[in-house]
Amino acid sequence: MNQRSRLHVPNAPARPGDKPDFSYVRLSPAGAVARPDVTTPVGEINDLASSLIRVLDDNDNAVGPWNPHLDSPDLQVALRHMMLTRSFDDRMQKIQRQGRISFYMKSTGEEAVAVAAGMALRPVDMLFPAYRQQGLYVVRGRSLTDLMCQCLSNTNDMCKGRQMPVMYHWAKGNIFSISGNLATQFPQAAGWAMAAAIKGEDHIAASWIGEGSTAEADFHYAMTFASVYRAPVILNVVNNQWAISTFQGFAGGERGTFAARGPGYGIPGLRVDGNDFLAVYAATQWAAERARMSGGPTLIEHVTYRVAGHSTSDDPSRYRPKDEWQSWPLGDPIVRLKKHLISLGEWSDERHSALEKELEAHVTACWKEAMKFGTLTEGPFLDATTMFEDVYKQMPPHLARQREELKALRAAVKKGSEEEAALDATTQSVAKEG
Amino acid sequence: MAYMNMVQALNSAMDIMLQRDPRVVVLGEDVGYFGGVFRVTDGLQRKYGEHRVLDTPIAEGGIIGAAIGMGVNGLKPVAEIQFADYIYPGYDQVVSELARLRYRTAGEYSAPVTIRTPCGGGIRGGQTHSQSPEAIFTHVSGIKVVMPSNPYDAKGLLISAIEDDDPVVFFEPKRIYNGPFDGDPHKPAVPWSAHPRGEVPEGYYTVPISRAEVVRAGKDLTVLTYGTMVHVVEAAVRLSGLDAEIIDIRTMAPLDVDTLCTSVCKTGRCVVVHEATGFGGFGAEIVATIQEGCFWNLEAPIQRVTGWDTPYPHAFEWEYFPGQARIAQALKSVMEAA
Repeated sequence: MNQRSRLHVPNAPARPGDKPDFSYVRLSPAGAVARPDVTTPVGEINDLASSLIRVLDDNDNAVGPWNPHLDSPDLQVALRHMMLTRSFDDRMQKIQRQGRISFYMKSTGEEAVAVAAGMALRPVDMLFPAYRQQGLYVVRGRSLTDLMCQCLSNTNDMCKGRQMPVMYHWAKGNIFSISGNLATQFPQAAGWAMAAAIKGEDHIAASWIGEGSTAEADFHYAMTFASVYRAPVILNVVNNQWAISTFQGFAGGERGTFAARGPGYGIPGLRVDGNDFLAVYAATQWAAERARMSGGPTLIEHVTYRVAGHSTSDDPSRYRPKDEWQSWPLGDPIVRLKKHLISLGEWSDERHSALEKELEAHVTACWKEAMKFGTLTEGPFLDATTMFEDVYKQMPPHLARQREELKALRAAVKKGSEEEAALDATTQSVAKEG
Repeated sequence: MAYMNMVQALNSAMDIMLQRDPRVVVLGEDVGYFGGVFRVTDGLQRKYGEHRVLDTPIAEGGIIGAAIGMGVNGLKPVAEIQFADYIYPGYDQVVSELARLRYRTAGEYSAPVTIRTPCGGGIRGGQTHSQSPEAIFTHVSGIKVVMPSNPYDAKGLLISAIEDDDPVVFFEPKRIYNGPFDGDPHKPAVPWSAHPRGEVPEGYYTVPISRAEVVRAGKDLTVLTYGTMVHVVEAAVRLSGLDAEIIDIRTMAPLDVDTLCTSVCKTGRCVVVHEATGFGGFGAEIVATIQEGCFWNLEAPIQRVTGWDTPYPHAFEWEYFPGQARIAQALKSVMEAA
């Protein structure tokens, strides 16, 4: 036997030109996983971290103990939220390609993760999303126009032009500011939840990160603080298989599930079919109830697939098979809920197409409205001297001086170009007369 | 000789060092199979294998900590941090460990790690893809801090950095990866093939660390700068009609004090330009150094032109960026004084 150590380097199951291979994704049949009482001690429910909680079966029925038994109007709202999220994403991607926004990140294929969790939580619960949970904004009812204005950095931008597209925030809607840095929101969510407990409230916090970001230390900080103080927080890992070109094996996915990290910290880990709206809803509901009863945190791994590129700056055809999405074993969350509603006799292809058109028209109307506030290239423009505001609550003298400097510079440049234009006009008229 | 852009020149430096020295390894997020989000490591994993060009988990503290361990165990790691804005989770490993290892063990341990990281704005990256954090590294004793302004220097300096027995933080101004940039975003892009420093030897050569370079000789005043701003300053000086001496600092720490002070003592006037925020910025160190070395030769107060003291705002990139207009004002004011 070879006594020397040998470095193991994870290899993606399929690269461009290969046949997609998802045989590594361990599945459980829908309805097969038991639903323990929310008060069950963590040590007795470790199997939830390795099995896969699913409600929707292959025949479009909702089955098993995790079925949340939602009414059909609620299911229709869920479908609408997911479809609106997708329609919004598609439009923003196109707009980016036209050069009207600098950047965009779609959540295609992952809509159930945000929409189901958003619907299962209360409006007072605080959300700490990563950059691919725009569905939360849709659920909580932020107008798409406002989101578009943020992406446009225009005069109606909630961030006043200071952030890249998709880095939204919404204090009134209890959604925290999205950071461009990874995983930072995870320990913050634990802290917010600790504060809720300190204040004796029953509000809980929820946060989301990608499986790739679980490698960051912040993930482990969050797990430790949440576990130590039994903070009322739901920590979601969105395992969409890809972190730019880095497949989930590089985050440790080859060795065990991401949910399985929970029990190691004394936190229940639920592994959930992230493309099954009902399963995500039920798991979130379970975790929320447990948290509100002082049962502490839950780690939920959502097994899903990132259909789009990481962002509009990414080209996934360089590192994974082009059609990989077609082979994803958990399907499309919108199609699955749609078929379920049809099987209940509560929906039809016609109604679905009509809703698609309606939502598209809504997105178009929002876009027209957003454009009125300007784009990166067409006015009205934000006043650049506002960049000095909000660095501190009160502007210190050195920033006030710099603001005056910028104002003077802009005035000088404007005067210069007006003089130049006047000069040009004179030269032209002289030339004409000559 | 061949024309290379900065991406190709950096790639060539790593290629040569992987070839020459079996101890060299490259690691970072997306650097292996994909070849890096800016393509700087393109093709290296195919050529040298996945044990020498490693994709890593997304963990900057892990990347730098592991690089230190590898360095201690005889390798020469070249770690990429995808954006300088993402380096902060690894800051403790840099400041408390990498920088001080030699010192605290009286020379028994050290780690010859090179950390490459793209910096600077001008690509609509907002506050998390535009920063120039060199000053928070120059403030730390025990690491060298380098920022090239062209492909020739980029390759020669990176080879020097990899060969250096001390740790080096190597900043790559991403706005000039593909061509020099004079600060005017509305002009068509200029490729490196149109610039003399785009001509790069294909083989091994070095550009020494800790040597500034006079990129334009002159007698009216001295402009001290580095990175992208070298090109913006050159353009502003051309427009001004002044006979300015322009110095590309290239290595911020340890600083080439002699070249800087010799020039300013000669011209008696000095403007310092960098893209990073001004307060506590590296320009403050330069100004102090010039004051110490040239006080009796100065004809005018030294001027600084820097990014404003705010985070880098997405929509106001060009109002934030210290462009030609602000540099022109400083040139004028330093000439008018006394």
